[in-house]
Amino acid sequence: MSEEVSAPIPAASPTTPVRLGWRASLAEYGPPALLVLGLLLLWEGLVWYWAVPAWLLPSPSRIIATLVTSLPVLVEHTLATLTVTIPGFGLALVAGFGLGVALDASPLLRRAVYPLLVTSQTVPIVAIAPLLVVGFGFGLLPKVLVVALITFFPIVVNTIDGLQGADRDQRRLLEAMGANYWQLLRLLRLRAALPAIFTGIKVSITYSVIGAVLAEWIGASAGLGVYIARSLRAFRTDQVFVAALVTSLLTIALFTLVSLLERWVVFWKGER
Amino acid sequence: MPTLELRSINKSFATPAGPVPVLDRLSMQVAAGEFVAVIGPSGSGKTTLFNIIAGLEHPDAGAVLIDGVAVTGRRGQVAYMPQRDALLPWLSVIENAVLATVVQGGDVAAARREARSLLADFGLQGWGDARPALLSGGMRQRAAFLRTVLWHRPIMLLDEPFGALDALTRAQLQQWLLALWDRLDRTVLLVTHDIDEAIILADRIYVLTPRPARIALEVRVALPRPRSYTLVTDPAFARLKRQLQQVLMNGE
Repeated sequence: MSEEVSAPIPAASPTTPVRLGWRASLAEYGPPALLVLGLLLLWEGLVWYWAVPAWLLPSPSRIIATLVTSLPVLVEHTLATLTVTIPGFGLALVAGFGLGVALDASPLLRRAVYPLLVTSQTVPIVAIAPLLVVGFGFGLLPKVLVVALITFFPIVVNTIDGLQGADRDQRRLLEAMGANYWQLLRLLRLRAALPAIFTGIKVSITYSVIGAVLAEWIGASAGLGVYIARSLRAFRTDQVFVAALVTSLLTIALFTLVSLLERWVVFWKGER
Repeated sequence: MPTLELRSINKSFATPAGPVPVLDRLSMQVAAGEFVAVIGPSGSGKTTLFNIIAGLEHPDAGAVLIDGVAVTGRRGQVAYMPQRDALLPWLSVIENAVLATVVQGGDVAAARREARSLLADFGLQGWGDARPALLSGGMRQRAAFLRTVLWHRPIMLLDEPFGALDALTRAQLQQWLLALWDRLDRTVLLVTHDIDEAIILADRIYVLTPRPARIALEVRVALPRPRSYTLVTDPAFARLKRQLQQVLMNGE
């Protein structure tokens, strides 16, 4: 009956990521690693050659030494920052996604709210953050709100774009089957929007740690922001660099986590 | 008896330059169990016609009747196969095939069982749990056709179902559809721009004029069934093909 000899295949499996051999790995990661190493050596050498005072620019070796000695304190502050980052980002995710779905559903609402949304992103957060502290006190809430304010916009925009970018033919097919709004949303549009939503999440998560640090700077008793502010007042520039390094690593870790989650949730992407 | 009737359908589209008429008092009948093909030059409003029958668009005037009952603008009355397969990439072949049952709130478990039992007939044996990305173009189209069959509607609309395939795969699928056709017992309206395809598959052919579409010609294909692809060398086939070509070239 069938003219194509179709060999049975095992149940569809997500495509396994390509594993690089050591040779390919070296070609991939070798050049940037060498460049970073070279720059660090140059930095170390110049600080030593010009005898730059440590409060102005500490050498990489000094920064690493500080990182090791202040590790217990850093862990404490990092955990404090995460207790601001995660709820703030979670709030942005829920609110951004919800708002995105609502704005997609109602063109009237979209026309009314969208300009406000864009404007909200043009207001400098350093102006808003102190007002939030005044309004909500020194608890967790104002800091969580600062993180949410900084991170919710990419999620809203990408949710709307993703929902509206669902394939036209697939949509017409479901409509021809008699699908109502909710069925279209559940069976097609939310799924089709996932890649775009993850793009928004990835942009947002890179802002989230910096947002938390900024919020802590303005008013908190613990966190990397507080640590940076105290270190600056004490002219402990090495500690400022350590805090910056930890902030970077934290952001990279969260981004990687989201990327892994994306590969698992949007399993069909890249199968083609 | 499930029959499909179009009564004097008018449709025009609003453009910046004013309304452009697409369908001009178009009337057709498809009898129960009949396979009817509609050929027309590209841009002649074939897809608009299908959208109207599927209830996706409203005609400006005229009516769509199924078994004598007006169903104009009502969705879900006929099974519809779009030009591109429109398979959902995150669902397996089986889950794609039972989509209409899911949407219409039917017995999904029974539909899954039926889909599995039909896999072999559709050349998809062993591929039921695979996602569309793993399938070849011809297999994807057969999966889309399986979905159309499992829609469980006596009338099926096929919108250039083989249009995007290479010539060899298309010929194979036409041959396959011919063999499957006799057992399916459905009424089919097929839109195509391929004259050979229309003659091989259909009992009757409507030829449309360029936009706005009217019926330029209606011919009965008097070739015996069961048919096969070897018909293309038959003198009767050649005569009919020449006649259709002339009408399509001259527009009238």
